[in-house]
Amino acid sequence: MEYVNPLTGFRVDGRRPNEMRQLKGEVGVVARADGSALFEMGNTRVIAAVYGPREIQNRGQQVNSNEALVRCEYRMAEFSTGDRRRKPKGDRRSTEISLVIRQTMEASILTHLMPRSQIDIFVQVLQADGGTRSACINAATLALADAGIPMRDIVTSCSAGYLCSTPLLDLNYIEDSAGGPDVTVGILTKMDKVTLLQMDAKLPMDTFENVMELAIEGCKAIATYIREVLLENTKRLECQRG
Amino acid sequence: MLQSKSFVKKTKQGRIQKVVREHYLRDDVYCGFVPCSACDAAAERKLDAAAAAILVVDTNVVLHQIDLLENPAIEDVVLLSVVLDEVKNKNLAVFNRIKALCTNKARRFYVFANEQHRDTYVKDMVGESSNDRNDRAIRVAACWYQSHLGESTKVLLITNDRDNKRKAIEEGLNAETVESYVRSLAQPGLLDLVVVPTSGDVTMEDAEDHRPSKKKVIYNEHKPMSEVTSGLRCGIYHQGKLRVNRYNPFEAYVGSESIGDEIVIHGRSNMNRAFDGDIVAVELLPQDQWHESKSFIADDDEEEEDVHLAPNSADDAPRNTSSTQSTVGSSAPSVSSRPIGRVVGIIKRNWNSYCGSLEPMPMPAGSRGVAHALFVSKDRRIPKIRIQTRQLENLVNKRIIVAVDSWDVLSRYPSGHYVRTIGDIGDKETETEVVLIENDINTRPFSTQVLACLPPLPWTLSLEDLSNPNRQDLRHVRVFSVDPPGCRDIDDALHCTLLPNGNFEVGVHIADVTNFVHPGTPLDEEAAQRGTSVYLVGQRIDMLPKPLTEDVCSLRADVERLAFSVIWEMTPDADIISTRYTKSVIKSCAAMSYVEAQARMDDSRLVDPLTVDLRNLNSLAKIMRQRRCERGALTLASAEVKFEIDSETHDPLDIGMYQIREANQMIEEFMLAANISVAEKILKYFPLCSLLRRHPSPTKEMLEPLLRTASSVGLNLDVSSSKALAESLDNAKSNDPYFNKLIRILATRCMTQAVYFCSGDLTFSEYYHYGLAASLYTHFTSPIRRYADVVVHRLLAAALDIAKLPPIFQDGPQLTGIADNLNYRHRNAQMASRASVELHTLIYFRTRPTDTEARIVKVKANGFIVFVPKFGIEGPIYLTPRGDKGGDWVVDEVHQRVTKPGTNISYAVLQTVRIHMEVVEPQPHRPKLQLTLI
Ligand SMILES: [Zn+2]
Repeated sequence: MEYVNPLTGFRVDGRRPNEMRQLKGEVGVVARADGSALFEMGNTRVIAAVYGPREIQNRGQQVNSNEALVRCEYRMAEFSTGDRRRKPKGDRRSTEISLVIRQTMEASILTHLMPRSQIDIFVQVLQADGGTRSACINAATLALADAGIPMRDIVTSCSAGYLCSTPLLDLNYIEDSAGGPDVTVGILTKMDKVTLLQMDAKLPMDTFENVMELAIEGCKAIATYIREVLLENTKRLECQRG
Repeated sequence: MLQSKSFVKKTKQGRIQKVVREHYLRDDVYCGFVPCSACDAAAERKLDAAAAAILVVDTNVVLHQIDLLENPAIEDVVLLSVVLDEVKNKNLAVFNRIKALCTNKARRFYVFANEQHRDTYVKDMVGESSNDRNDRAIRVAACWYQSHLGESTKVLLITNDRDNKRKAIEEGLNAETVESYVRSLAQPGLLDLVVVPTSGDVTMEDAEDHRPSKKKVIYNEHKPMSEVTSGLRCGIYHQGKLRVNRYNPFEAYVGSESIGDEIVIHGRSNMNRAFDGDIVAVELLPQDQWHESKSFIADDDEEEEDVHLAPNSADDAPRNTSSTQSTVGSSAPSVSSRPIGRVVGIIKRNWNSYCGSLEPMPMPAGSRGVAHALFVSKDRRIPKIRIQTRQLENLVNKRIIVAVDSWDVLSRYPSGHYVRTIGDIGDKETETEVVLIENDINTRPFSTQVLACLPPLPWTLSLEDLSNPNRQDLRHVRVFSVDPPGCRDIDDALHCTLLPNGNFEVGVHIADVTNFVHPGTPLDEEAAQRGTSVYLVGQRIDMLPKPLTEDVCSLRADVERLAFSVIWEMTPDADIISTRYTKSVIKSCAAMSYVEAQARMDDSRLVDPLTVDLRNLNSLAKIMRQRRCERGALTLASAEVKFEIDSETHDPLDIGMYQIREANQMIEEFMLAANISVAEKILKYFPLCSLLRRHPSPTKEMLEPLLRTASSVGLNLDVSSSKALAESLDNAKSNDPYFNKLIRILATRCMTQAVYFCSGDLTFSEYYHYGLAASLYTHFTSPIRRYADVVVHRLLAAALDIAKLPPIFQDGPQLTGIADNLNYRHRNAQMASRASVELHTLIYFRTRPTDTEARIVKVKANGFIVFVPKFGIEGPIYLTPRGDKGGDWVVDEVHQRVTKPGTNISYAVLQTVRIHMEVVEPQPHRPKLQLTLI
């Protein structure tokens, strides 16, 4: 199949290879949580809720009492995919993604400022259309910011793939199912540090560099957008307070 | 920002599973009109300011009038993405042609992504068919163009759909049919290219029906697509690709996955207008009707078997006529084991253009205006095609190309249109071009982009090459080459040095083509497309440009050349002690022909080092060959002929069997060994993406004709394995000296040819090469003339860690695609070579009627097929006059004998007969070789 039309240069959904899907971010969507956010990348829609920092519940889990414990639970809503399969809770994929999100977020949270406390991040995929991993990280970043958790930097994530000999930014479900390489990158945007890099395929080194470069560009664009959302939100709060 | 802010998001819904997809609409899709100031200045522009009209064409115009569109008289065409998508779904061959037009810089065909443009995207409407929706999209896009370009530029919608044209005019557009537009161009020759519209389309004023007035339905209607789909689902119909028997166009096969067998289709009415290569839906006939038709040499009065080159493999041979023979002679048709069916619908057409000529016909009086003629394709699988022409007098006795357009149930033959003339029938250049076109062989000169990839000429060895740590300097080694006389593209050279320990160092040095052909370059892509050089009689069509083929890569004598070497240490008993592979620099000391090398070895007075090397190699080769045969490698035989060509007229002067000498076998043995060593190495490093070559074991059914013939002369062959067969062939002896060779020739033609494949696609046991009795095999030794070898060179270089593996090897399907293309190209190259030999055979016998000996290879109800060993051809000999379907003669199946009752005249298989060969012209300008019994 041609994922990039050779005559028009457009992808199956009308994007150019280096274009991202429509982004949408909104904070404060779950009233009871300390911080929450909805994040959309095209048809992929993810909700994140943050509780904490609060007193640690199970001391046994804490490795270092001088730092906050970050926990993460990832779930996929049963209605989120087209085939509505019933998936057992805690399957391997969910456990792995929970871990990935936790580790990525931990890298930016200033855990040493919150000793003997814990932060819980709940992420749920409402609608899946490729790039759920990245959307979860972006949603978690927004929710953490909404909760006022101190962070080093904004972490954002974006994926890029390689199909039809072309690096493609932000694969949707159809492109993701093509079975080509898919590189997911997470970066600390201001510090320009990579905190997450995943790929489960082989790519020649020079191609890989191009694809990763594209994914990093995507992360930066998302960071710009997330800053806009947060700034907008802060202005709104200011107005409310008068 | 990566995302343009101006996108509007829409979602398309559909599918049973309810898939929600995004569809981004944009404002950065531009019109492509050169003087347009509204569009982005940097955008690509093709449509000429001076164009009389900007043409917007609909899907059917592209599908049916592609020959017209390719004519340079048609320019400034807008192709909408909705049209291109539809064309691609309906006919990939046409799509590739229109794609070539759109990417051709010399043509003004502009692609407009109307489905992505904010103002031209149309939403599906409830109750609207996808055809209507697409027609509407085309009109909306045409309207957009008209308003975008303004009134001063005329936008013209070209459509043959009556409804669409009416709606367009109502919506204020300019719209015309293809024919009226072409008429307005006032170039009469163009009109022949216009396809006659079928019912439902706008009829042309002067295209009244010339078919017989009493219209009779000849074929069954095809079932509607919905019925075909549901029939396929519930298993009443079976889907598959129809393949017409090359030697009997009234028989076809459909490989069906659903029943796991081949369905046989007999006769044109059961084929129901399907062409070779069409994807069809087939219905099985009731089992009591599964009888085979009687086999005659010619199956129908309008078709007949021609004298042709003797087949070299099952791929060249007539298919399965043996099993049909079992019923000849018995009046009650017996039930066949193979399912028999008929075509009920055509899922995908494989219509193409074909080479051939018009059936001879009397010139109509006056010969002005439109004439109707029947076109006969050279490819016998294709039925005759009805065409209309305004230039009949120019087309008779010419080889022409005709494209098919439609096939009505009322018409015995399909309708088509004239595309172009190649030349006079029988003219050598014309017929050679026909052979090349028929086999899809690219003879175009290499493009400037391809030639730009060549190294600076004249090429010389550089210091850089010499200082490369991966390249060993072997210039001091006594390397030489042995090839056919006059060979300019020398792929391989050898050396053989006696080591102090009594062993030999033997090196096979192969032209280092990949040092010059880099992956992904235009040169590489062109070579990958061509796949192989093609050798015709007295002509070579190169895979690589001439400077590489004949000079830079060719391992010529006395010049320094780059090579890729396989070097073994071998004991005097030809046991390989070690193998190493290296890039190298060599300087060949002699480029010998087989005859020269043989003469040196045979001349006992010669004791120079080169001759000694040759003799050492020869004795090693003999041992290796012996061992290979013991393992079960088949010594097969084919009848290859050789022409001596007049250097001025290029006509054949003499014809004879190609003589195989010991020197040929010696070179062959070392090439086999090198190929096997390389196959082992690359597979070890790249188990999933190595390009290998396999030769499938013949099935019992394929060997059936051989067994039948053998048993009729009392010979029992054991075909349980290649080793058993090899031994039985060795034991097949009689007092007839030619008997063994003949049996081997018959065995060879039962086998299919070896094929390339990607190692990841099959399991290890399937890698087996039956003919060579080798568990692994590949092609490494001829990279100048075979692309497979180029691929293998890259794999070997990567396995040695001296080059990176190109990214294409990561892509399984793409690699499989390369292997498929190589198989297709090789097959075509062989067919072209054979056709060229047939052509020259005909030219040779035109002036030289000959009496000679022939051997009967197959007995039929009304005659037999003979093989003429001296000239490598075979053809029919009729015992009864044509048209008379046997009766006089009785066939004895068991003994493969045909006897005239009441006499003692009989003919049996393998019997020697004296025949007369002569070129006759039953119809003017249609010469053919005829064999008759003396
Ligand atoms: Zn414009």
